[in-house]
Amino acid sequence: MTGHRRQPFPYRTPPELRGAPSVRRPVVVIGAGPVGLTCAIDLALHGIPVLVLDDNDVVSVGSRAICWAKRTLEIWDRIGIGDRMVDKGVTWQVGRVFHGQRELYSFDLLPEPGHKMPAFINLQQYYVEEFLVERAGDLADLIDIRWRNEVTDHVQDQDGVTLSIATPDGGYSLRTDWVVAADGARSPTRSRMGLPFDGHVFEERFLIADVRMEAQFTNERLFWFAPPFHEGQSALLHKQPENVYRLDFQLGPEADPVREREPDRVEARVRAVVGDTPFALEWSSVYAFRCARLDRFVHGRVIFAGDSAHVVSPFGARGGNGGIQDADNLAWKLALVIREEARPALLDTYDEERGHAADENISASSRTTNFMTPKTRAERLFRDGVLALAGELPFARGLVNGGRLSVPARLEGMSLQTGPAGTGAGVAPGGACPDAPVQDGGGGASWLLGHLGTEFVLLLFLPPGAGPPELDVAAQLSPSVRVVVVGDGSAEIEGATVLRDPDGLARSRYGAMNGAAYLIRPDTHVAARFDRLDRCALAGALARASARHRQRAVEAVP
Amino acid sequence: MTDAVKRTDGFAGQGDAFYEALIRAHRGLGEEDSAALNSRLVLILANQIGSLPVLTEALGLARASLAAAPSLAEAQRAGAPEPGAQD
Repeated sequence: MTGHRRQPFPYRTPPELRGAPSVRRPVVVIGAGPVGLTCAIDLALHGIPVLVLDDNDVVSVGSRAICWAKRTLEIWDRIGIGDRMVDKGVTWQVGRVFHGQRELYSFDLLPEPGHKMPAFINLQQYYVEEFLVERAGDLADLIDIRWRNEVTDHVQDQDGVTLSIATPDGGYSLRTDWVVAADGARSPTRSRMGLPFDGHVFEERFLIADVRMEAQFTNERLFWFAPPFHEGQSALLHKQPENVYRLDFQLGPEADPVREREPDRVEARVRAVVGDTPFALEWSSVYAFRCARLDRFVHGRVIFAGDSAHVVSPFGARGGNGGIQDADNLAWKLALVIREEARPALLDTYDEERGHAADENISASSRTTNFMTPKTRAERLFRDGVLALAGELPFARGLVNGGRLSVPARLEGMSLQTGPAGTGAGVAPGGACPDAPVQDGGGGASWLLGHLGTEFVLLLFLPPGAGPPELDVAAQLSPSVRVVVVGDGSAEIEGATVLRDPDGLARSRYGAMNGAAYLIRPDTHVAARFDRLDRCALAGALARASARHRQRAVEAVP
Repeated sequence: MTDAVKRTDGFAGQGDAFYEALIRAHRGLGEEDSAALNSRLVLILANQIGSLPVLTEALGLARASLAAAPSLAEAQRAGAPEPGAQD
């Protein structure tokens, strides 16, 4: 059996400590975890130089986050590292829920073909971080990652932020316009600012055991209420690459964390599941958790993303996946602000949109936890009643809650979105763009999502039999808008990428059988949808989506 | 036998929200009060449904899922016959 070999990333004496002058930075990301690295890579793809500071020099110890959802994979694909993650990860889409030995029901998270990315992969966080660091290395002219550079203090004023940084060679300071604090659940940045991190602490304790073994479990998420091997509690099993399995045991609120961590005790619990199969314990952790969030994610020039901004229970894989969506939502907005193509007010919509998503994630994961850990006799009776009915009565299966898995945030009705307009068919403004197989002009197969994102895109579905569209409407816009046309012909259209829709899935998923025009945000959420292309409507939607609509009014004042 | 009780999901995506509201309604109540809340809730919902065949079937389904308990029909046979019962 092969395993992951952890090697420290090289620390280098920062130039500031070798006599170089301190250069003011547009943005510093604190924390080289999955969220910080994703954000840094995305910023670099927008042409923004990024400095990443991390107090450590190794990837995550232990598997930690392992379940990465379709939306996360699509974001990683957009920033050029999706295939690598999927190739290494264990792909899955089916979950099974058991009560005792009886399977109550199963669910399929992606029951249709025609998507590049799977519903989920399981991949240890250390691989995720390693691949992201490698990807950042491709952009080394823009991304500077400094290991063992610990931010010890920061002072913010109207004009920027001054960071104090400690290294093995001593301290230095530097000045930056913006700080992205992706420094984790115990965020030192958050503590330093004294920001309340309010929420709900759950007293229930859980044991995670990652074990390496040659076993024949399928690539499915298996969840048990009252499993035969773990008296009275719940348990979860996930397969990871390289024959590593995650077992998650509910221990109850009375469990003694020190005692439960003892290897003999952990191994006995694992043994009860796997029987005689030889296994090696790779990592274990006894944890309790809380659901909490910052009241606001944007504090002047310091912006929180990922666990530093919000934490949830692990059931539903909403922590890591929520954090990656934070990075995706933030990077393009920050890039536009840094390039002075949008006002800092655009960043308020990061708070609006991701705050809403955090609330959704906290609500979903709290409900799961409450279902799994009834606190009173009444709660237990309802929980057991749902489980008892679930075998015979399908409605009750819908109430069985062993995790509601991460889905893309829906940003409908929020400030940046226009509409809905016209027939209102297809993807509502705010929704995440669905994928579909397409062909480019030369007949080569590709995926629709591969043609969207990082910039604003006008996605134009031509009605059947339509002639070439008038694309000069998109030429003069700011921020710039790339044009992608989905039509029948393969004739080239100047200034546009032309795609065909051989299976009709793109048209069907976008409700565009009779044509449609979408304005797609750089994070591949729909900003606006129109039944047909209209210059004024498009310009208005773009102004709104880049928070420029109010600026016009200000500029009009002499 | 009638088959009128809805077996498929009728919550239209709001099942988790309903469950949360249900649990919340019991918060802070002792066991006696919790049971009393449930009995009142059943009466209110039964009135909302109104159909005796549906309610009778629902009672049977609920009773049948109590694995250790005799079925509703058995329980009724064991008790005193209703006035005018044919058998």
